[in-house]
Amino acid sequence: MYYFDPHIHMVSRVTDDYEMLAKMGCVGMSEPAFWAGFDRGSVDGFRDYFRQLTEFEPKRASWYRVQHYTWLCINAKEAENVSLSREVIAMIPEFLDRPGVLGIGEIGLNKNTKNESIVFGEHLDLAMKTDEQILIHTPHLEDKYQGTRMILDMLCDDSRIDHNRVLVDHVEEHTIRAVLDEGFWAGMTLYPVSKCTPERAVDMVEMYGPERLLVNSAGDWGPSKPTAVPDFILAMRLRGHPESLIRRIVYDNPLRFFSGSRNFDFTPPEVYQAAGL
Amino acid sequence: MPIPLDGPEVLNREFLEIRARLLQIAASLDRMDRAAGTVRSDGRLQQIQRALAILQGSAADRVEQIQLVFSRPYEANWKATFARDRTKS
Ligand SMILES: [Zn+2]
Repeated sequence: MYYFDPHIHMVSRVTDDYEMLAKMGCVGMSEPAFWAGFDRGSVDGFRDYFRQLTEFEPKRASWYRVQHYTWLCINAKEAENVSLSREVIAMIPEFLDRPGVLGIGEIGLNKNTKNESIVFGEHLDLAMKTDEQILIHTPHLEDKYQGTRMILDMLCDDSRIDHNRVLVDHVEEHTIRAVLDEGFWAGMTLYPVSKCTPERAVDMVEMYGPERLLVNSAGDWGPSKPTAVPDFILAMRLRGHPESLIRRIVYDNPLRFFSGSRNFDFTPPEVYQAAGL
Repeated sequence: MPIPLDGPEVLNREFLEIRARLLQIAASLDRMDRAAGTVRSDGRLQQIQRALAILQGSAADRVEQIQLVFSRPYEANWKATFARDRTKS
C-alpha cells in the first residue's frame, strides 16, 4: 500500500532510511522544522537549516521517488528565546515561495511557558499574513494535556484561523477529542516508548472515525521508528479493518489536508507510471 | 465505528501480553521495595497507585483517565495569569 508520512524528521535519518521507506510504500512525506538537540546560536543557523529542508532533503528523497515537503518555524523549545524567535519569524518569508514549503510548523508549546505562548502567537500572525497552513506540535508526557488545551484556546480565540487548515500533531487519548471537535485535523504520532503505539492508534480510529485523522512516525534523532506508519497499517489489517479505511488514513487524508497548501504539487505514483517516468 | 473483533477474540490475542505486563509492573514495584531508601512519599508512586485503581474499575475510558492522572492540570484562566505575571516566563 502506498502511504504518506505527514510528520517525519528526515534530516536526522540516513539515506538508507529513504530507501527502506520507499520499499515499504512511502511515496511522500512532510518534514516540519524542529529542535536539533541543541539551541542554535543565530538566525543564520536557521537559514542554513531551512536551506537543508528545501534544497537537499527533497533531492535525497527524489533518489527513491519519494516526494518531500516541509514546514518552517522556530520550534517551541528554542522559542523560549523571544528575540531570536522574532529574527527567525522575520526571515521565514524568504523561503515561503520555495517549492515544497507547505506552511508554518511545527509550532506549539513545550513546557507551556509565557514566552512559548508569545512566540506561538507571533507565528500565527505570520501564517495569517502570508495565508499559510499550520502544523502544530503539542507537548509530551505530563505537559501534553495542559499544553494542548492552551494551544486550542489560542487557535479558537483567533477568528482569522480556518480550523480546516490546521493540523494538530501528537494527539493521544486525552487530547484527540477536543482537537477533532473544534474542526482541526489531528495527527497521531507513533513513538516506540513514550507515546502512542500502533494498537492504541487503531483504537482511536475505532473510537473517533477516520475523518481528519492522520498517523505519522515523527522519525527524529531520538529513539523513534521511521517505519511506524507501516506498523500502523499492519496493526489495522490484523484488527480486521478494510484496506479502503487504512488507505484513507495513510494516503487520502494527508493528500486532502496538504492540498490546502499552495506549494503542494504531489504527483501520484500512478501518474508517474502512466507517464513512463 | 465498530471494532471488527469480538471480546473473546481480543482476550485470546492479548491475554499473554496483558499477563506479561502485569508481571512487569509487579516486578518493578517489588524491586523498589527491595532497594534501599523509600519512595513512599514520591508523587509519582501515588500516580501509579491511582492508575492501578482505574484499571480495576469498569469505566470504558480507562486509557483517557490514566492519561489525566499523569497530566499537569489545565487552568482556563492561564492567559490572565501570564498577563499578570510579567517577570516569570
Ligand atoms: Zn516533530
